[in-house]
Amino acid sequence: MNVPDDLRYTESHEWVRVEGENARVGITDHAQAELTDVVYVELPKVGAQVAARGATAVVESVKAASDIYAPIKGTIVEVNKALEENPALINTDPFGDGWIFILKMNSPADVEQLKDAAAYRAAIG
Amino acid sequence: MHRNGHRARPQRGSLTPPKPTPSFRLVTETAEKKTPLYDEHVRCGAKVVPFGGWLMPVQYTSISDEHQAVRKNVGMFDISHMGQLIVSGAGAAAWLNRMLTNNVEKLEIGGSQYTFLLNEAGGMIDDLIVYRLEPELFLLVVNASRTDEDLAWLQQHLEPGIALHNRSADFGALAVQGPRVTELLCAMLGNATSIPTRNQIAPFEYQQIPLQIARTGYTGEDGVEIFFRARDASKLWNAFLTEGAHFGLRPCGLGARDTLRLEMCYPLNGSDLSPEHNPMEAGLGFFVDLSKSDFVGRAEIARAKANGPSRRLVPFRMRTKGPPPRPHYPVYAGGERVGEVASGTLSPSLGYGIGMAYLPTAQAKIGTELEIEIRGQKFPASIEKKPLYKKS
Repeated sequence: MNVPDDLRYTESHEWVRVEGENARVGITDHAQAELTDVVYVELPKVGAQVAARGATAVVESVKAASDIYAPIKGTIVEVNKALEENPALINTDPFGDGWIFILKMNSPADVEQLKDAAAYRAAIG
Repeated sequence: MHRNGHRARPQRGSLTPPKPTPSFRLVTETAEKKTPLYDEHVRCGAKVVPFGGWLMPVQYTSISDEHQAVRKNVGMFDISHMGQLIVSGAGAAAWLNRMLTNNVEKLEIGGSQYTFLLNEAGGMIDDLIVYRLEPELFLLVVNASRTDEDLAWLQQHLEPGIALHNRSADFGALAVQGPRVTELLCAMLGNATSIPTRNQIAPFEYQQIPLQIARTGYTGEDGVEIFFRARDASKLWNAFLTEGAHFGLRPCGLGARDTLRLEMCYPLNGSDLSPEHNPMEAGLGFFVDLSKSDFVGRAEIARAKANGPSRRLVPFRMRTKGPPPRPHYPVYAGGERVGEVASGTLSPSLGYGIGMAYLPTAQAKIGTELEIEIRGQKFPASIEKKPLYKKS
């Protein structure tokens, strides 16, 4: 299972890529493999304030709808519109074209609270 | 589907459930039963979930892939969780005719029919298939989650001379479904084998394994359901995997079973059928023979037929791109809330959301425009004709 070393992770299977003041967020390879067949993604609104661990987006597979949580507190500055046409990008490229939203972090130091790759690898066994 | 219980409202899970703690695992092992094919499912990489009191594979690779395998080639489902009841003895046919809605006297030896077990109020305790194996020997294949209830009900109504036996623990079953099923069966059983025709069941033998093969299914494709002793389950499963590889066979889980049946508008017990509904409301009056003078629930069904049901189970499709409809989502017609989704999914064959809902008869006409409320937003839908998916 792919767990890139340069990302941070949550227990709820989101990944975070720090890009200056912003954090790009998606779901992990492990999560997409568990879900399979992503058929719909409900994106947050740009400008929305989100709390850490607050439900922010919804990813739907054939079988179930799953909440996606904001890993850290911030404001949504961009969402991945490509998922509206092609939600399966989450399956095919979870760490790349399958990203879900970018948020501007209230406090970039919050990232330190998240798991590093080794800790996430250990968590998913 | 994997919610046999009735939830008050739709819920969303987090992405993945927490890893089970040792105590949780212990509870799971004692609470849910395993079919004789459980180890094979794990070996095939299945994602296993609790369903109707059983640990069942929901999918092996992906629901869409498994769905397409059944529509295009052939798929194999473990249906060993389903209850298998044997009714025998002089007068068995007459007794079953008082217990079930369809007419078993119309069955030749080796025939089968879809039928209902009703309570006195005409509510559906279960929907099942009854196979006539001998003049006074019947196999009833019932829903896993209803087996105990069915047994208790039948036991309570049992009459002298009739024997009721639950063979579920000693038997397994596979559904092998898809357009290439006869090719596969001929390769395994010999080209001269005549596979039973639609709704027929017959005994066979494969490498000393006794089988009962029935031309029945729950997918809308050509297919069979095969019954066998539990101890032969693994050998048979692996034989199908090996032989089936030449025909594109894939093991399929309950996820694909649900999308396949919903495209055909076949009802699912617990979602679409329950003791709160009668067969007329479900649009399944065809399987109720009111020419029989007496059967449990008859008076209520006759009344429902005479007055016309006040609500109907109707299929619908979503009209726009959007999230798939799911059980318990509110349904609106003309701005009024008129019901909720009973079954819903994204149709892998059609590429849009589909479902079924009970609606007041006035709103239950084909073509009626509906709205489905999903997380506070309304999405357009329309009532369609059965089945939602037609083979091209």
